[in-house]
Amino acid sequence: MTSAMRAPRSLLPLRLDDVVFAIGGRRVIDRVSLTLEAGRRTVIVGPNGAGKSVLLRLCHGLLQPTSGTIAWNALELPGEPRRQAMVFQRPVLLRRSALANIVYALAVARVPTEHREARAREALRKVGLDALAAHPARVLSGGEQQRVALARAWALNPEVLFLDEPTANLDPGATHEIERVIGAMHAAGTKIVMVTHNLGQARRLGDEILFLHQGRLLERASADRFFKRPASLEAAQFLEGELPW
Amino acid sequence: MSDLSQATAEALRLVAGGDPKLLDIVLLSLRVSLTAVVFACAVGLPLGATVAVSRFPGRRTVVVVLNALMGLPPVVVGLAVYLLLSRAGPLGAMGLLFTPTAMVIAQAILITPIIAALSRQVVEDAWVEYREQLRSLGERRFGAVLTMLWDLRFSLVTIVLAGFGRAAAEVGAVMIVGGNIDGVTRVMTTAIALETSKGDLPLALGLGIVLLTIVLALNAAADIVKDTAQRRYG
Amino acid sequence: MVVTRRLFLAASLCVVLGAHAQDRFITVASTTSTEQSGLFGYLLPIYERQTGVKVRVVALGTGQALDVARRGDADVVFVHARAAEEKFLAEGHGVKRYPVMYNDFVLIGPISDPAKVGGGKDIVVALKKVEAAKAAFVSRGDRSGTHMAELDLWKASGIDIDKAKGAWYRDTGQGMGPALNTAASMGAYILSDRGTWLAFKNRGDLAILVEGDKRLFNQYGVILVNPDKHPKVKKELGQQLIDWLISPTGQKAIADYKIDGEQLFYPNAGDPAA
Repeated sequence: MTSAMRAPRSLLPLRLDDVVFAIGGRRVIDRVSLTLEAGRRTVIVGPNGAGKSVLLRLCHGLLQPTSGTIAWNALELPGEPRRQAMVFQRPVLLRRSALANIVYALAVARVPTEHREARAREALRKVGLDALAAHPARVLSGGEQQRVALARAWALNPEVLFLDEPTANLDPGATHEIERVIGAMHAAGTKIVMVTHNLGQARRLGDEILFLHQGRLLERASADRFFKRPASLEAAQFLEGELPW
Repeated sequence: MSDLSQATAEALRLVAGGDPKLLDIVLLSLRVSLTAVVFACAVGLPLGATVAVSRFPGRRTVVVVLNALMGLPPVVVGLAVYLLLSRAGPLGAMGLLFTPTAMVIAQAILITPIIAALSRQVVEDAWVEYREQLRSLGERRFGAVLTMLWDLRFSLVTIVLAGFGRAAAEVGAVMIVGGNIDGVTRVMTTAIALETSKGDLPLALGLGIVLLTIVLALNAAADIVKDTAQRRYG
Repeated sequence: MVVTRRLFLAASLCVVLGAHAQDRFITVASTTSTEQSGLFGYLLPIYERQTGVKVRVVALGTGQALDVARRGDADVVFVHARAAEEKFLAEGHGVKRYPVMYNDFVLIGPISDPAKVGGGKDIVVALKKVEAAKAAFVSRGDRSGTHMAELDLWKASGIDIDKAKGAWYRDTGQGMGPALNTAASMGAYILSDRGTWLAFKNRGDLAILVEGDKRLFNQYGVILVNPDKHPKVKKELGQQLIDWLISPTGQKAIADYKIDGEQLFYPNAGDPAA
């Protein structure tokens, strides 16, 4: 049964119910409940150690909650192509060409062989790297590697894209490029969930903000409202730069 | 020291003379050890990589045992394989004793743990970096093993060379299961042992120098290939 | 891609290992000293040319050679330890023993000759002198034909070597060549077969001190491994080798083998007492 025939249910909304994630007795995520809907770009901010990266990984399925439930609207069965993707702070690329990296991801996603190369090239073109398709991925610059990682995610046509501080290691020029690609993916219909410590980036890219502090979701608001009038004391301190952790 | 210069002279004389018997012995040594390495890699690389990326009860024990088996004494392996392949033994009907095949079997058993244990370490170290991304892409265990092995191919070359070196250098296993039969199962190491026991030390040393040179050349060639490719792929 | 590479390797492997004995061959278990004398290197090519049968010699100590034959891993056994051979036959592992040839042992020692045995013709007298002088003596100690002959000679000298051995008696557990190496490096006496000694290159200051005593003669026997007990034994080809060894052609070939002009082995297949 091809995916066209199946017309699957959307993965979203994603519901987290009273989710706790503890390591060695310490609660890194402390009873977080939220619902992620399709459409808006969700940006997660908070001081160091707030649990942002852990929350992202819990949503993506890389970590299992200690207690509580995480429920997608539709089930992703093991062995089926993934409908979410994630881009990490440091891009992890294989020792192959940029194109081969994307073809590999498409192979894992069981895309028919005859379609793989074309889709991969198209993805590289969308991020402006088609000239470097044959280049070994690992010798590219940091910004280029991250663009390949994004192209890889884009080629998979995910419903949800998680990003964990994707431009933390990049210069402003590369950061701008990445933000452009993220915007383009959103425009094409992908739900964006991104962690960043760069408040300017949060302002530029966020439609709604989730503010995390010490494992708890303290505030959730539209970006406008959050930056103008944060509701919690901690959020206000954070925006002033007075809440390092 | 005069022994050493005599030995070097012997080594040069052997090689320059192009003695066909020597050539046969060298070729057999390479055939046996390279074949053994191929089998050992076919089993050891996937085994090591699988243990590296998996979590299961008793995993630590498996790792410790694999590491310990690297120290298998060749002569013990030889004895065990001899008992297996002997006409009086369970696999005697195959008629493999005192043939190069028996030598390949013994050496493959000897170096598989080396390949497995070392590849497990290399893959496990790299897995820290790759794990989340591969999982995110939906890669399952079997696919992850293959992907890791191919991506780490340059580091694995060194491991394969180590395995080959061990095989080419051992004498205990091939002596017992091969019988050091002239023209059939005589390899470099058993020839060296024979000449030593005959008291012809310069010849034995000379053969030793030939063996070392060959292994050195193979390592150098592998290093060049690996270095060029590594520089290209990063 | 990984899969096709594996298939290619497997295929090339089959080619490499291919040569699975299409030619006819037999396996002979013999002793290291016989092989190291060079006899097989001289004799077997002649046999192979005449018959087209290849002979593969596995050279071990006498005890190990007989053990290999007991497991049926050899077709023919060719050693020089009469008592052990008779036991082998009594156990039912062999068909019949044929005497083939003899060589002799010699007493080797340092030219300085602390036990003063040089030039003597009586091995028993010589051994008594060695023991009395507690002169360094290297024994093979490996259950080989040479080792067993050495033990018999101590007995013949009236010496209980187990009681008499001390720091002077070095039980090395080695083959003839390595034992000679040891003797050369420590200037010790040692009993050796003439063949290995003649081929031995690392003599140091050792020389033959006692030879010619009839008790030093070393008789070789050849036995076909019993196909009734070990069905995989190649009995026709094995018997063919035995028949050739005791034939006039084979016996002459044995006598023709020389090192530095010296004959090593004396054919005596016709000798009923051998």
